[in-house]
Amino acid sequence: MKLLSRSLIAASALALSAAAPAMAKTFIYCSEASPEGFDPAPYTAGTTFDAGAHPMFNRLAEFKKGTTEVEPGLAESWDVSEDGTEYTFRLRKGVKFHSNDKYTPTRDFNADDVIFSFDRQGNAENPWHQYIPGITYEYYTSMAMPDLVKSVEKVDDYTVKITLNQPEAPFLANIAMPFMSIVSKEYADALDAAGTREEFNNAPIGTGPFKFVAYQKDAVIRYTKNADYWGTPAIIDDLVFAITPDAAVRLQKLKAGECHLMPYPAPADIAGIKADSNLKLDEQAGLNVGYLAYNTTLAPFDNPKVRKALNMAINKEAIVATVFEGQAEPAKNPIPPTMWSYNESIVDDPYDPEASKKLLEEAGVSGLSMEIWAMPVQRPYMPNARRTAEMMQEDLSKVGVKAEIVSYEWGEYLDKSMEPGRTGAVILGWTGDNGDPDNFLSVLLSCAGAAPGGANRAFWCNEDFSALLQKAKVSSDPAERTKLYEEAQVIFKDQAPWFTIAHSTQYVPMSNKVSGFVMSPLGDFTFETVDIAE
Amino acid sequence: MFRFILSRLLYLVPTFFGITLVTFTFPRLLKGDPVLLMAGERGVSPERHAELTAQLGLDKNIVVQYFDFIGRLFQGDFGNSLVTKKPVLSEFLTLFPATVELGLVAILIAILVGVPIGVLAAIKRGSWFDQVSMSAALVGFSMPIFWWGLLLIIFFSGTLGWTPVSGRISLMYFFPDVTGFMLIDSLISGQKGAFLSTVHHLILPSVVLATIPLAVIARQTRSAMLEVLGEDYVRTARAKGMPARRVIGVHALRNAMIPVVTTIGLQIGVLLAGAILTETIFSWPGIGKWMIESISRRDYPSVQSGLLLMAGIVMLVNLLVDLTYGLINPRIRK
Repeated sequence: MKLLSRSLIAASALALSAAAPAMAKTFIYCSEASPEGFDPAPYTAGTTFDAGAHPMFNRLAEFKKGTTEVEPGLAESWDVSEDGTEYTFRLRKGVKFHSNDKYTPTRDFNADDVIFSFDRQGNAENPWHQYIPGITYEYYTSMAMPDLVKSVEKVDDYTVKITLNQPEAPFLANIAMPFMSIVSKEYADALDAAGTREEFNNAPIGTGPFKFVAYQKDAVIRYTKNADYWGTPAIIDDLVFAITPDAAVRLQKLKAGECHLMPYPAPADIAGIKADSNLKLDEQAGLNVGYLAYNTTLAPFDNPKVRKALNMAINKEAIVATVFEGQAEPAKNPIPPTMWSYNESIVDDPYDPEASKKLLEEAGVSGLSMEIWAMPVQRPYMPNARRTAEMMQEDLSKVGVKAEIVSYEWGEYLDKSMEPGRTGAVILGWTGDNGDPDNFLSVLLSCAGAAPGGANRAFWCNEDFSALLQKAKVSSDPAERTKLYEEAQVIFKDQAPWFTIAHSTQYVPMSNKVSGFVMSPLGDFTFETVDIAE
Repeated sequence: MFRFILSRLLYLVPTFFGITLVTFTFPRLLKGDPVLLMAGERGVSPERHAELTAQLGLDKNIVVQYFDFIGRLFQGDFGNSLVTKKPVLSEFLTLFPATVELGLVAILIAILVGVPIGVLAAIKRGSWFDQVSMSAALVGFSMPIFWWGLLLIIFFSGTLGWTPVSGRISLMYFFPDVTGFMLIDSLISGQKGAFLSTVHHLILPSVVLATIPLAVIARQTRSAMLEVLGEDYVRTARAKGMPARRVIGVHALRNAMIPVVTTIGLQIGVLLAGAILTETIFSWPGIGKWMIESISRRDYPSVQSGLLLMAGIVMLVNLLVDLTYGLINPRIRK
């Protein structure tokens, strides 16, 4: 706390003359990158949501803190029709939008804001659809909302009815996502009148626990507590994001007391952080999975026996210990253990080179040579794909399989790995968007996902598996859905379209003075519950 | 003198077009499709891909794209960032003062320290001072900036706690941007301690950024001085009984400065390149850090216009350097 305390002393010396008021609590977060903007809808980066949607906005439904469960937000409650296509939301009354020096709301949050928040994204005719030239609503599109939402209607000021084209249980999780934050229609109208529409993105007005103060590009974002917050107000008075892209520098800042909490420490620094008595470290299995996807449409990888044999040849524990430096959990299922419906009872294929050889013989495969694709970048679910591929290569050579490692530039890698005739198995992974198992299983493993533009890189299309997913998708009974997804995981393990590698652990280092921080399985950083001792 | 300036200005025209061609082509030579990078692991359907590509204006023939770019440049339009959707020029102007501030302080350090070291090393040629300073300069010149910056942070900010780790000013101070130059704004703000905090934050990054230019300037000054000290007119001046200080300060140094000024001019390019790394390490909100992010996101308009603006500045500085020769050495004016 060297510098901070020095400035605090200077500041309090100044304040002494004025009867020494209670010190405002300022919480400093060393964020990892600059936000793309502050409007929650058009952008896709987690950094942008941490700076915009989370501190300053709310959704109709929210994720319960620290979980992937959905709970009421700006909607106090909702009903779902028998057939699962009609959602009626009853809105919270008395919710105030923020004000700033140019704008003061004249009314509370109501149904018009909800309709506006949907319409501006889904309706190309809405005058606010393109309020910044070239803007797109990538999340709205990629979560298939345009195909799903048939209509959004105002029943009265505090009731909204949303009709879907087909029943879809993950819809509630979708609207709890940052891109579905509720923005102010009245603010938009006021900016229209003033001819300053771009301010919608630069000077955001929301209903969230923090109000926007200022953004100095690439350097600092400042917020202040929203005293009129409808929920439990924040404990700290001011929130500051100090944008610090280098992980080593973030840690130095944390140690020097220039910030209180940081995201994404470098794996090599974890041991040092644990040993530092001024710091503490929260950890949690991330909502992610790293995998090796075979091309299940090409011989001999179309034979589940061959895939199983290869899975048994690779030493997973060694990869987790070496590449992840132990900062991961070996994966047996395609979804992470923090997600509901994770099937505990599944037994992973053992590492057994002898059994692997035998299985390959049974399948009539000998002298097999294959490619392993290793992506060129570090991702949250995979610290070093090249090293992983090398270890796999070595393990496979022990069962007589010759593997060659291939890599491309990241954009090209993503593209080429989805080409149907792809030779070779691909290392890749996924980080969940909304905590719904459908967001992993359908996207990554369904028949629909195997089409161009999808993300099923095993091109695996199992009718039984896809049928279970479809059934779970239209059911609004959580218990039934859980059962269906558990069954789906059994089929997955049996058919082995992937070698599941690991779920990497997320770490959040913070000063000892910080209390009340809750890690989000979705990887969000939110600060309304934090406090600092001093 | 007027003809001299005019001829220099005329040189700039083909150079400018050359630069537009390079800055336009270079980002597109990097593999990587901005649409695919935006979509990430999720993937994007072929229809949506085509739609987005068209929206970004990347579906047109590359030659057409180039002439579009040039045409808009003449109207003062540098394009909009693909990521933030904001005009590139306004983003550049917001961030540029931070880089200028850092660069000016760095080049000042490099000159004020580098020239005297070079002169002294030349006068005391072969002495321990000459050998130590020139070896140090060689080390400084070969120093990887990223590593050097991190080392200084860990030692001075981490272990000793003398300097702040990163940023431009303590976050306890908050005042509006007036000029974008923190040294000036902190003074205008009238907040007690703000200026000192700014200076405090400038020390490490400017030393890191000054390292390479300082080494180059010191070595260049030394060799230029040695050459001049062996000239007949210096010997004559000495023979006349002129005080050594005057011989070195007036006769020798002024002549030795010509190649040194050239070197300093060339260091502006080095400074901008160094700024990219220095700003990233010290979380310095300047154009260097912005360029790095834009390149990794394949934000073509930001990269091409950002590079163009930076190249334009280097060109202008070099023009000024050329004009400075004229002042130092009248023979060049012809």
